[in-house]
This record gives sequence, C-alpha cells and structure tokens, in this order.
Amino acid sequence: MDYFLQQFLNGLTLGGVYALVALGYTMVYGIIQLINFAHGEFFAAGGYMGVILLSFLASQGYMQTHPWLCLGVALFLSMGYCALLAMAVEKVAYKPLRNSTRLSVLLSALGMSIFLQNGLMLTQGVYDKAYPTEFTQGSITLGPVTISLMQGLILGLTVTLLLTLNFVVFKTKLGKAMRATSMDKTMSALTGIDANRIISITFAIGAALAAAAGILVGLYYGSVRYDMGFVPGIKAFSAAVLGGIGNLYGAMLGGFLIGMVEILAAAYIPHGGQYKDVFAFIILIAVLYFRPTGIMGENVNDARV
Amino acid sequence: MTHAHAHRPPLLELKEVDACYGRIQALKGVSLKIFPGEIVTIIGANGAGKSTTLMTICGVVKASAGSIVYDGSPIRGVPPHALPKRGLIQVPEGRRIFPRLTVMENLEMGAYLRRDAAGIRDDQEMVFELFPKLKERAHQHGGTLSGGEQQMLAIARALMGRPTLLLLDEPSLGLSPLFAKHIFQIIRTVNAERGMTILLVEQNANIALQMAHRGYVLETGRVVLEDDARALLHNPEIRKAYLGE
Repeated sequence: MDYFLQQFLNGLTLGGVYALVALGYTMVYGIIQLINFAHGEFFAAGGYMGVILLSFLASQGYMQTHPWLCLGVALFLSMGYCALLAMAVEKVAYKPLRNSTRLSVLLSALGMSIFLQNGLMLTQGVYDKAYPTEFTQGSITLGPVTISLMQGLILGLTVTLLLTLNFVVFKTKLGKAMRATSMDKTMSALTGIDANRIISITFAIGAALAAAAGILVGLYYGSVRYDMGFVPGIKAFSAAVLGGIGNLYGAMLGGFLIGMVEILAAAYIPHGGQYKDVFAFIILIAVLYFRPTGIMGENVNDARV
Repeated sequence: MTHAHAHRPPLLELKEVDACYGRIQALKGVSLKIFPGEIVTIIGANGAGKSTTLMTICGVVKASAGSIVYDGSPIRGVPPHALPKRGLIQVPEGRRIFPRLTVMENLEMGAYLRRDAAGIRDDQEMVFELFPKLKERAHQHGGTLSGGEQQMLAIARALMGRPTLLLLDEPSLGLSPLFAKHIFQIIRTVNAERGMTILLVEQNANIALQMAHRGYVLETGRVVLEDDARALLHNPEIRKAYLGE
C-alpha cells in the first residue's frame, strides 16, 4: 500500500508535467485546429533557458544566497522567452498559411520542430547539460509517503499554473475572447476581436506552460538535452487526445492519466520500466480506435478554448 | 424621408461595389446610401446578394472594386475587427451566438472594445429591459436558447457595442410571427429613441418596407430599384415580385 501511494505520487508528478505540455497542444488546436508539432520544442527551449539562467545566476553567486528567488527568476524569464519564441514561430510558420489547407500548416509545424531542435543542438551542443542540484535535496515525510522537495515543487507549481490558466480562460475578458474566437472567428471579428492577436496570445500562453514544464523536468532529472522535447511532446499530445483535444480539462485529465499509467506500469509490470514509453502510445492508439473524440470530447464542450 | 436628409452627408455610401463570393461574382456595381437616422432596407430574392452586401460592408467579404465610405472615411480594406469601434456593427444571418459562452458573456463580447465599465453596466440594464427573457437566461449557455431568444441575444449583443449604424441580416428568419413582430418593434424603438441608423436585410419584404424609410431592391447582385419605402410598397411590380400578389 505504501509502495502504491508512493508510486501514485510519482505518477501525479509526472502527469502534472504532461498536463502542462498537453494544454499547449489543446489550446492551439481549439483555436486554429492545428496540431502544433513544434510545441515539444518550447518545452526543450524552456528547459535550456532555465539551465542557462540558473548557471549564470550561480556564477554570480546568487544561487548560494537566494536559491529560490533565482529559481523564480529563471522560471519567469524562461516562460517569457518561450512565449515570445512561440509568437515568432506562429508569425513566421503558421500565420502566412492561415487560409491554406490544414496539411500545409501541419507540415510547416513539423519543419518548425526540426528547425528549432537543430537550432538548439547547434547552439547548445549534443551533450546533456546539467541542472544545479540545490533544489533536489530534502524531502518531507507524510506518514508512509515521502515527498521529495522536488516533487512538492513540481506538484505545487503545476497546480498553481493550472488554476491560473483556468482563471484566465474562464473569468477574464481575454479568456472569453479566446473562447469566442475558437467558436466563431467571423463573428468574433464582428464584435471587434482581433483573431490574429488572440491566436498569438494563445501560442504564447501554451509555450509558457511548456517552458515551465521543461524547467521542472530539468530539475527533476538533473539535466536537459536538445532533443528532450520530442518524446514528452508526443506523450503530451497523446494526453491531449486522450482527454479530448480542444478541451482544457481534458488535457489536464489526460496528462495526469498518462503520467499515472506510465509510472504504475513501470512499477507493477515486470520489466515495465524498460518499455514505459510504450504505454502512452498504446493509450493513444486505443483512444483513436475506440473513442476518437477523447474522454471529454464532443459532448463536454464547455472547457474548449 | 430622403428629402429630410438630402442636405446631410450619408453615414454610409457604397459606390459601384463589386464583390466575389468564392468564384461567383455576387455583387455587380452596387451603389447605395444611408443617411443618419434612417431605416433603409434591402429586399430581394434568395441569392440576390443581400447578405453579401452586409458582409462586404463589414470587410468579411473583400470588395474587388468600388468604394465604401463610412462616416466620412473610406473603409474598403479595413479589417472587420476594426469596424465595431467606429460604431459599425452587424447582426449576421443565422445569429451566430457563441454557443458555449453564457448569455452574459455573449453580451460582454458585444462590448469587447469598450472600457467604460459604468456605461457597459447601463447598457446591460437597457438590453435586459428590452429583452426580459435574456435576464432570466443570463447564466445559461447561448447554445441552449431557443431560436427567438438567440435572435434577441444577437441583437442585444450588437447593441452592447453602441452602434451608430446597425446592420441587421434577416432578423425574422425562423421566428414565429409574434416573435418577429416583437423583434421589429425593438428595431423601431432603437431607431426612434436612440437615433440609431439601421440597414435591414429582410426576406419578408412586406414588413421590412412598412418599417423602413427607404428601400433598395437587389436582383442577382445589382440594385434594380431604389425608392421611398412607401412607394415601393405600392409599386405593382414589387407587389407582384416580392409581396406575393
């Protein structure tokens, strides 16, 4: 039982990361019906920007005196950087194709993914880059379960970001305009909403969330790599499809489910850890086969962006 | 009515406007004028280009020739989202309520560009007074409303933008006669009491001509006739072609 609780907690932690990335897929899909295959690269870019900033702050001696402040600054700046990067990507690779076939935009997204990944490789090298270890030490024991400080950080930050996003999308004027634009672009224009601006902001928000996830993963596993966006990107995409692509709550639920399945499979199936990546894709195939609209797709449309 | 406005510049003027809808030329040299305070109607058969005319004015359909001048400045080529803040607002055909936004949120979107919180609240009260049904449904999703309620919401949403010129596309479509009457009553009220200028596209030519000051008859993308509404109403040809006689 203790073992299960511990694994459950691990599943939540990993699932939270997938959920953060899955939201970007689902928001962009909700608003322009594009599977943004370059989205995983924002996760990688965020992870890298985080390590670069933290290393710089460490070299200046701030990490030793104010580690948490440094983490906050690195997180904030990386999210901002990725938001701008995503807006630029959208402007260069997707906006000119706004009235083309969906296939053209999809191919443009694939090209963008390769471009960004190679850009990261060329500028940062092919080897792993190590994250500072200040935050990985320490843990809290609650009865039978041990939460590492790192897990607590990931879960806490994930929940904070999910709640903030929920507030923005459902309570603010911007969020309502995003939802209106996803429902009817012509009508939203007739009320004065500039769809291009809303689309740009949607990309920015999605990428900022992915950047936060990238930093958290970097901290958790201790390093980042130029191609780190690929596999988690596809898993997060699977999570978005599982939840019902276009649906915010679906992406959150799908992310947690995929993370949970992956961890529990690794924990309970013999040799499960060796092919844990397979489980997300088995789920993806099963969903596409049995319920293509996902868990919350089609009928539960309230949370669409 | 024409004469009363003759000395004032028109609020909207289309000159020789061409527009294509897909590969079909939907408007062929359409010219029309609307003076401040008027209700002008465009009547015509299905596919005559009535809706296209409104969509072209709003920039959703791009005019391929001609000029469109609104409130003294050319608006041909201006993106659609830049027009509502100048007071040019359309209630499009089919209502196009945001189905998964609540009635309240739909109204909020109507006031998207406004920053005057107090004025927005006042206007909200005003539209709830005009359409008490909407107040009852304030927190329901737009998609759950009946057709008539959705039409009310579409008009209310447009009013939230404080239009100077309101373009209405088939506001009576699919409504019961009683509901339609109510809608037309509201249109007359906002015109008379708020001085709102209205361009009305209607299949029900009879009721449209009774309400309007002037009318244009559109046939296959061309204006074939323009006159005072009363004169059109009594024009035997119009009566035969559009009033079912």
